Amino acid sequence: MYETHYHRASSIQDAVKLRQAAGEGKYLSGGMTLIPTMKQRLAAPSDLVDVRQVPEMKGISVSGRTVRIGAATTHFDVASSSELAALCPAISGLASHIGDPHVRHMGTIGGSIANNDPAADYPSAMLALDATIITDRREIAAGDFFTGLFETALEDGELVTAVTFEAPAKAGYQKFANPASRYAMTGVFVVRRDNGDVRVAVTGAGSNGVFRHEGIEAALSAQWSPDALANVTVDPSDLLSDIHADATYRANLVKVMAKRAVAAARAD
Amino acid sequence: MGVEGIGARVARKEDKRFLTGKGRYTDDMSVPGMKYAIFVRSPYAHAKIRSIDAAAAKAMPGVIGVLDGKQLLADGIGNLICGWMIHSKDGSPMKMGAWRPLAHETVRYVGDAVAIVVADSVAEAKDAAEAVVVDYEELPVVTDATKALEQGQPQLHPEAPNNLIFDWQIGDPAATDKAIAAAAHVTEITIHNNRLSPNPMEPRATLGIYDGGDDHYTCYTTSQNPHVARLVMSAFYNVAPENKLRVIAPDVGGGFGSKIYIYPEEIVCLWASKRTGVPVKWTSDRTEAFLTDAHGRDHLSKVKMAFDANNRIIGLKVDTVANLGAYMSLFSSAVPTYLYATLLSGQYDIPAIHANVRTVYTNTAPVDAYRGAGRPEATYLLERTMETAARELGVSPAELRRINFIRTFPHQTPVIMNYDAGDYDASLDAAMKAADWNGFAARKAEAAGRGMKRGIGMSCYIEACGIAPSAAVGSLGAGVGLWESAEVRVNAVGTIEVLTGSHSHGQGHETTFAQLVADRFGVPIDSVNIVHGDTDKVQMGMGTYGSRSGAVGMSAVVKALDKVEAKAKKIAAHLMEADESDIVIENGELKVAGTDKTVPWFQMALAAYTAHNLPPGMEPGLKEGAFYDPANFTFPAGCYICEVEVDPETGVTKIIQFVAADDFGNIINPMIVEGQVHGGLAQGIGQALLENVHYDPENGQLLTASYMDYAMPRADDLPSFKVSTSNTPCPNNPLGIKGCGEAGAIGSPPALINAITDAIGNNRLTMPATPQKVWAAAHAAN
Repeated sequence: MYETHYHRASSIQDAVKLRQAAGEGKYLSGGMTLIPTMKQRLAAPSDLVDVRQVPEMKGISVSGRTVRIGAATTHFDVASSSELAALCPAISGLASHIGDPHVRHMGTIGGSIANNDPAADYPSAMLALDATIITDRREIAAGDFFTGLFETALEDGELVTAVTFEAPAKAGYQKFANPASRYAMTGVFVVRRDNGDVRVAVTGAGSNGVFRHEGIEAALSAQWSPDALANVTVDPSDLLSDIHADATYRANLVKVMAKRAVAAARAD
Repeated sequence: MGVEGIGARVARKEDKRFLTGKGRYTDDMSVPGMKYAIFVRSPYAHAKIRSIDAAAAKAMPGVIGVLDGKQLLADGIGNLICGWMIHSKDGSPMKMGAWRPLAHETVRYVGDAVAIVVADSVAEAKDAAEAVVVDYEELPVVTDATKALEQGQPQLHPEAPNNLIFDWQIGDPAATDKAIAAAAHVTEITIHNNRLSPNPMEPRATLGIYDGGDDHYTCYTTSQNPHVARLVMSAFYNVAPENKLRVIAPDVGGGFGSKIYIYPEEIVCLWASKRTGVPVKWTSDRTEAFLTDAHGRDHLSKVKMAFDANNRIIGLKVDTVANLGAYMSLFSSAVPTYLYATLLSGQYDIPAIHANVRTVYTNTAPVDAYRGAGRPEATYLLERTMETAARELGVSPAELRRINFIRTFPHQTPVIMNYDAGDYDASLDAAMKAADWNGFAARKAEAAGRGMKRGIGMSCYIEACGIAPSAAVGSLGAGVGLWESAEVRVNAVGTIEVLTGSHSHGQGHETTFAQLVADRFGVPIDSVNIVHGDTDKVQMGMGTYGSRSGAVGMSAVVKALDKVEAKAKKIAAHLMEADESDIVIENGELKVAGTDKTVPWFQMALAAYTAHNLPPGMEPGLKEGAFYDPANFTFPAGCYICEVEVDPETGVTKIIQFVAADDFGNIINPMIVEGQVHGGLAQGIGQALLENVHYDPENGQLLTASYMDYAMPRADDLPSFKVSTSNTPCPNNPLGIKGCGEAGAIGSPPALINAITDAIGNNRLTMPATPQKVWAAAHAAN
C-alpha cells in the first residue's frame, strides 16, 4: 500500500468538504474492495474519507412500504433487519449471501453500488426494485445510475448517502456463485408490483455490467411463473466470457437463475 | 498398545502451540539489524533483458542495496539445478538449461526474479523495486507443452532444441504393441491432468543472516528438508561450505511438495546479507506464491489399453507429454518418469506395459512434485481408462477390476516396481459396502424423480511411498540417497529427545514419533521431545515428502531405540545383578522378568550418566544414532467410491458421499491418519472439481494469480467423508507401515470424474469438472 491520509467524517457535509480538500481523494466505506486494491498497489488515493461514522448515513427506516437504507449500512444489518425481512425478504437474502461474515460486517450497500462491480449483488436489486440513489446533491434513478463496468452516474466527489425504494408485492434473487471468488457469476433479481409490472435485473453476466432483460420481463408480465420462461431465449452476444464461464453458459444461467428467482419469490 | 503407544488415538502435542497462535514460523523470526527484501520480477513471460538500471532505486529512502544477477554471477553463485538425471531413450542426458537465481540475460516466465531490493521496511523496498528500470525486449511465448514441441515455436533454452528436455521410455514397446495387435478389445482415451498451484497456508519465506566475524551463514526458511537445502546450496550453488551454513526450517505451515525445492530466494537472501552487511528477510505474498511456487501435474497422455476375450488386460501403452515449465526444478525430472510410469500397472496384473514420456520447457512457472507427485497422474490415467473400458465392454467397473487384480505377492510389474503386500479385494469390498453400492440404482431413480442426474464412480489406486532405497534410486539417476537418520538421547533423569531428519510441516511428527518411544519404554509422551528442522541440531537427514516420514524416518528411530534398549538393559541388569536377557521394559521400569526386582527408567538413566556403577568397560551416557535405508518402496493401496448428483440445468456437481477404504499397513495414530486422508481427499476433490492454473496462451500472463480466480475447495464443497482402513502390514520395514500422506490426493480425482461421467452419460470430461464443462458435456452427444 502506498502512503495515504485517513480522515473520519462526522457528517455528510464534513465528508464532502474533506473530499474536496483532498488531492486524489476517495470515500471509504466498508473498504472491502478499495483496501485490498490499495494493498496490491492498484489504487493510490492520496486521502481516504471514512463515511462509516456519519450518523445520517447509517441504518434502515421504513415508512409504509417505502424503505430507506443509509449508504453506510452494512450487509449484516440489511440481512438481519426484521422490518426488511417482513417487507422485502429477497433483499435480506441477497445481503446474507454477500461474501463471508467478515465482509458482511464491514461492507456497505453504498460502497457496493458506488463501486458497481459487474459481479456485485446489490446493483441488480437496485435496478429491479427501481430504487432511487440519494447523493449529497441529488436523487438518481437506478436505471440511470449504473452506466457500465465499475462506472456510475456519480460526479467527481459526489457521495451516495442512501437508497430508497418501494417494497414490491413479490421479489426474488438467485445467484450462481463463481466457484473461486463466490461473487455472482450470474445473479438475477426479479420484482413484481401489485399492478403487475415486472422488472428483472441481471448481474455478473453482462459485458457492460448490470442490465434489465426485456424478454424475461415480458414473459413474466404475461405469466408470473417459472414455466413462463420455457420459451424465452437469452442472447449470449452481450454477455461476458472469461476463464470461468463463457457467454453461452452465462446465457443459460440467466434463464435458470431467473426461473429460480421467480420460484423463490412465489414461495415467500 | 497403551494409551499413548502405537495405535493410540493421541491428540496432537503440537496443536496447543498452533491453535493458540504460538507457532514460530520463518516470518516470525527477527534478529537485530534485520532488513527486508523485495524481488523485482519479470512482468513478461519471455523477454531478453537489455539493461537493468537501479540508480534511481538506490537513491530512494530506506534503501540499503539493489543487487542483480551479474553481481551474483561475479560472486560465483551457481545456477539452480535439477538433481535427478534422466536419460532419453537414445542414451543422451536430459537437456538442462541454465536457471539463474537472478536472471540478467533472459526471463522465461512471469515472476522470474531479476533483482533484489533490500530496504529498512517492506514498503520502502516495494517503492524502490518499482523504481528499478529493466529494459526488456519481448519475445514470443509458448505455454502449452504439446504446442511447444511443434516446429517454429519459441525456443526457451539453447540447450534444448524444440524445447524437448528428454524423450524417455520404460517397459517393453514390442511386447506391448504385439498385445494391442492381438487384443479382443482396445480402449483408447486421451487423458489431461490439469496444472495445480500448491497453496500451502504459509507462503514461502526466508531470512538470510551473514556473520562476518565467523564468515558463517544462517538461513531460516520454509523447507520440508533443511538438510537437502544445505547440501544443495553448499555443493552446487556455492553459497557456503556446509560447516559455514546453518539451515533452520522452524514451524512450517504446509508444503505439499512445494517446499522441497531450493528456490532462488533463499540463495539470493543469503548472498545479499553478505553483500549488504545486514540480515535480509523476504516473505512471499500470495500473488508471488501463485507466480513462483513450483506447480504440479500438467500432463497430456494418449492411452491404449488392450483386453483379451475374457476382459483381462494384456497390454497398456501410454504416450505422455509433461510440462516442466521454464526451468527444471530440483526433482522435476523424476516426477513424470520414475514416480509416474512405474505405477502404471496399478493394482492389476498387466503382462506388457510401455510408456513414453516427453518433458517440455514452456514459458510458465517450474513444475515439480505436488502431493502425490506422478502417482496421481498414473492413477487418474489408469482408473479413467478402466472405467471407460468397463463401459465399452459392458462389464461392471468392480467386476473388471476384480478380473485383473494382482493376488499373489511379491508381484513384479513390467515397470520396475515389486509390490510386497496387498489385498485389493478387501479394500474394494469395504468401499462398496460402505457406499451401499448395491443400493445405488434405487437412489439414482429417486434422484431422477427430482430432475437430478445421479452417478457413482470408483477408483482403485496404488502408490509407492517410503521413498526410497538409496542404491535403487541412485541407479535410476537420483543425485541423493533417500535413507533417513535418527538419534535418541536419553537425558540424565530419563527424559528423551529424538532427533530426526524428517521434517514436520503439518504431519504431526511431534506426536507420532513420541508414540514410538512411549510404546517402547512405557514413558509418557510428554517426557519425549522431537527435535527436527535444524542442521546444527540434527546432523543429516533427507526430509519429508513422498509419505516417507513413517516408513523411513520412524524406521531409523526404531533402529536407534533398539540400540538404546540394549544398552539400558545392560545397565539395569548390572544394577540388579541379573542377566540382561531377563530384563523387560514395562511402564517406565526395567524389570527382571518373573521377579519383583525393578529399576525405574529415570534411575537407569541417571546411572548411565553418574557412571559410578556401570558394567566393566561400558562407556558412560545413553545416546544412540542410526541411519535407515529402506529395502523397498512401500505400497499403500485402496479403493475410493464417490457418488454425485449433477444439476442438469446448471452443471453443478454435488458430492453426495465419498468413501475411502485404504490399506496403510500398521497405523501409529488413527486420528492423524484420518486427518491426512481428509486433507488429501480435499486436495484431490479440489483438483477434480475446482482448481486449475490458467495461463493466457498468447502472452503467458497468469490469469489465476489470486483466490478471486483460483478456486480452492471450501468446507461446503466437501461431504462428510466415510473413511476406513484395512491392514496388510508392510513386510519391509520394522513397523510394518506404508504411509498415508498422499493417498487421498492420489485416489480421489478419478473416482469423482468417473461418478460425474456416469451421471451425465458422457465420458468426455476434463478436470476440473467446472459447472460449465459438466453442463456442456451433459447436453452434448457422447
